[in-house]
Amino acid sequence: MLQELWNILSLSDANTRVVLLGTGLLGLASGVVGALAVLRRHALVSDAVAHASLPGICLAFLIVGDRNFGALLVGALVFGLLAAGSISLVRQFTRVKEDAAIALAISVYFGLGVVLTRVIQQQPRGNAAGLDSFIFGKAASMVEADLWRIGGVAIVAFLAVGLFLKELRLACFDRQFARVEGFRPTLVDGVLMSLVCGCTIVGLPAVGIILIVALLIIPGATARLLTNRLVPLLIVAGTIGAASGVIGTIISSLAPTPAAALTRGWPTGPSIVLVAAACFILALLFAPGRGVLARAASRFRLSHQISVQNILRAAFERSEADGGDSGAWSPAQLSIHRSMTPWSMWWHLASARRRGLVSHSPSGYRLTPAGIEEAKRLVRAHRLWELYLIHEAAVAPDHVDRDADEIEHVLPPEVLARLEARLLATATSLPHSPHPLTPRGDSHAAPRAPSGGTP
Amino acid sequence: MIGTTDQPLAHAEEVAVEVHDATVAYHRKPVLWDVDVLIPSKRLTAIIGPNGAGKSTLLKAILGLVPLSSGRIEIFGKPLRQSRRLIGYVPQRESVDWDFPVSAFEVVLMGRYGRLGWIKRPTREDHKAAEECLEKVGLAAFADRQISELSGGQQQRVFLARALAQDAKLYFMDEPFAGVDAATELAIMGVLRALREEGKTVIAVHHDLQTVPQYFDHVVMLNMRLVAAGPMATAFTKENLDKTYGGRLTLLDEAAEAVRRGGVART
Repeated sequence: MLQELWNILSLSDANTRVVLLGTGLLGLASGVVGALAVLRRHALVSDAVAHASLPGICLAFLIVGDRNFGALLVGALVFGLLAAGSISLVRQFTRVKEDAAIALAISVYFGLGVVLTRVIQQQPRGNAAGLDSFIFGKAASMVEADLWRIGGVAIVAFLAVGLFLKELRLACFDRQFARVEGFRPTLVDGVLMSLVCGCTIVGLPAVGIILIVALLIIPGATARLLTNRLVPLLIVAGTIGAASGVIGTIISSLAPTPAAALTRGWPTGPSIVLVAAACFILALLFAPGRGVLARAASRFRLSHQISVQNILRAAFERSEADGGDSGAWSPAQLSIHRSMTPWSMWWHLASARRRGLVSHSPSGYRLTPAGIEEAKRLVRAHRLWELYLIHEAAVAPDHVDRDADEIEHVLPPEVLARLEARLLATATSLPHSPHPLTPRGDSHAAPRAPSGGTP
Repeated sequence: MIGTTDQPLAHAEEVAVEVHDATVAYHRKPVLWDVDVLIPSKRLTAIIGPNGAGKSTLLKAILGLVPLSSGRIEIFGKPLRQSRRLIGYVPQRESVDWDFPVSAFEVVLMGRYGRLGWIKRPTREDHKAAEECLEKVGLAAFADRQISELSGGQQQRVFLARALAQDAKLYFMDEPFAGVDAATELAIMGVLRALREEGKTVIAVHHDLQTVPQYFDHVVMLNMRLVAAGPMATAFTKENLDKTYGGRLTLLDEAAEAVRRGGVART
C-alpha cells in the first residue's frame, strides 16, 4: 500500500498526474465559486443549475453531433441560466415559494435531460457519447484536455472573483443598497451563476452532475464555520476544495473494492465528496470558538467558574453572619445555602484548592487569605448589584438575589466603580446585604441567630 | 388634482424630490395611489402614516427599488438615473443578512463603491473617509467587529455611517429609529442635525408620532394617498392626523379591494 501511495504522490504516472491535478484544480475553483453561491444563498439554485446542465449538454450533442467541448459548454450555460431564471420567475410571479420552485426546476430539467440521454443512446453514434459518465463521473478516464479545460475555467473564475470582489460582496450582502449605488445585482448574480455553470461542466468528468454541487457547497459551508472575513473565507474554501479533490482521489485509487473486478478502487467522485464532508464535520466539532465542542467547553467553564464563586461567597457570608471567622466548614454545611450535589461541590472545591483559594484540614475546609480577598470582591460586587437593582431598577428585594447572581459574575471593574459612586459613601467598605443570609428557599426569614447552629 | 395640499415653499427654495401622480400596485392592489408631493431641500422631512400606508413604498419608489405603475418622480429636477450620485440610503435593518462575513468597517466602505464604479478598488482616501464616518456615529472602536456581534442600535449606526460615506446631497432613511436604544437615538439625531447644518436634505420614514415634531421640520402624511404635506407647524395638525390615522379613509380600502378583484379598469 505504501508503495502504491508513493507511486501516486511522486506523480510519475501521467494519468495519475492528470487526475490529481484535475481534481485539485477543480476543487480549488469550485470551492471559491461555490462559497460565493453559499453566501448569496444560492446553494440550492446552484444544484438546480448543475442538474439543468444535463439537457443542455444533450441538446448540444444532438445539434453538433460530436463531443465538442465548446458546444457542450454553451448548452450547459444556456440551460443553467434558464433554470436559474425560471426559478426566479416562478418565485416572483406565482404563489409558489422558493423551495418548491427549486425542487420543480431540478426535477423538470433533470427529467428532460434523462429523456434526452435515452434518445441519444438510441442513435447510432450514441454510445460513443458516454453520457452516463456525465451523471456519475469517471475521474480515472480524465484526459489532458479535461485538465486544460478545468484550468481555463479556474483562471476565468479567479479573474472574475478578483475583479468583481467588491461587487460580489455588495450584491451578496445588501441587494437594495447595491441597486441604489447603481450596480445591478441581477448582473452580478448572472456572473456568479455562469461561473457555477462553468465549474459544473468541467467537473462532470470528475464527479458527475449529481455530486458536483457537493464540491461547490461543502468547502464554502466549512469555511464559514472557520472565519468571519470574506477573503480568508474564499481562500479557506478553495484550499478545502483542492485538498478534498486530491485526498479523495488518492483514497479512491488506494482503497480496495470487495469485487476487485475490472474497476480499481472506489469511485473517485464520491470519495472526494466524502473527504469534503469529513472536513465539514471536523470543522463543525472543532472550530475554535464556534464549533460544537468549543462552545460546550466555554459553557462548562463559565458554569464551573460561577459555582466556585458561589462557594466562596457562601463561605464568606457564613463567617460574616457568625460575626467573624467561624472555623472550618464541611461541604454539607455550605450546601444548605447553595443547592449543589455533593459530587459537584467536591469537584468545585478541588478546583478552588488547586487555585489556592481554599484549604483543607481534618476539621473541614477554610478560605485561605487569597480566598478571603476574592470572596470579599465577589460579595461586594454582588451586593452593589443587588442595591442597584433594588434602588435603580425597581426590582423587589426578594427577587434580587437570583438576578444579581446571574449578572455579577461578569461585571468588569469600571462598572463596579460606577456602582460604588452611585450607592456608597465610602468606596472600600463592604455594604450590608439588603437581605440577610438565609437557607435557600426561605428568603423572608429573619436573620440567623449568631450561634452558628443550623436552623 | 385631489389630494395635494398646501405647499408653501418659498419661490426660490430648491425642491429635492418631486413626485407626480405616483401610483404603485402589487399584484393589482394599489399600495400608493396618485401621490403628488414636493419635498423641499435642506430640511429634515418625515414621512408618517399608519402601517401599510405605503411609507416605505414611497421611499423605494423614489429610489427606483419598486416600479411605478404610473406617475413620474424627479430628484433635484432630474430622473433617478442622473441623480444617483447625489443620493444616500439607509435601508431597514431587516432587509439584510447580518450573519454575512463582513466587519463594520467593510460595511461602511461599501458606501464608497458607488463613486468607484465597476471593478475599481477602494483607495486609501476611501478608507480614510470610511473611518471618519464610523467616528461620526461613535463606532470607531468597533471597526473590526463582525456585524453579527453588534447590537441593534449599533447596526443601525453602521448603516448610517455607510450612508454618510456616500457623501450625498440627499439622504433617504427607512425607519432609522426603529428598535434602537435611547443613546443611539440621540446619536442619530445628532448626525441628522449636523447634516442639516451642512445644507443636506434628509427624508426619513418615521414611526413614532411623539417625536416627529421634535426631530423633523417638514412632514409628509400618507395613507395610501397623500393626506397632507408641509412644514411641521402648519401641516402637523390634529385634523390632518385624524385624517391620516383615523380610519376616515376606509373607503379607499374597499375601493382598493374592488380594484384588486378586477372590477375596475385601470388607467
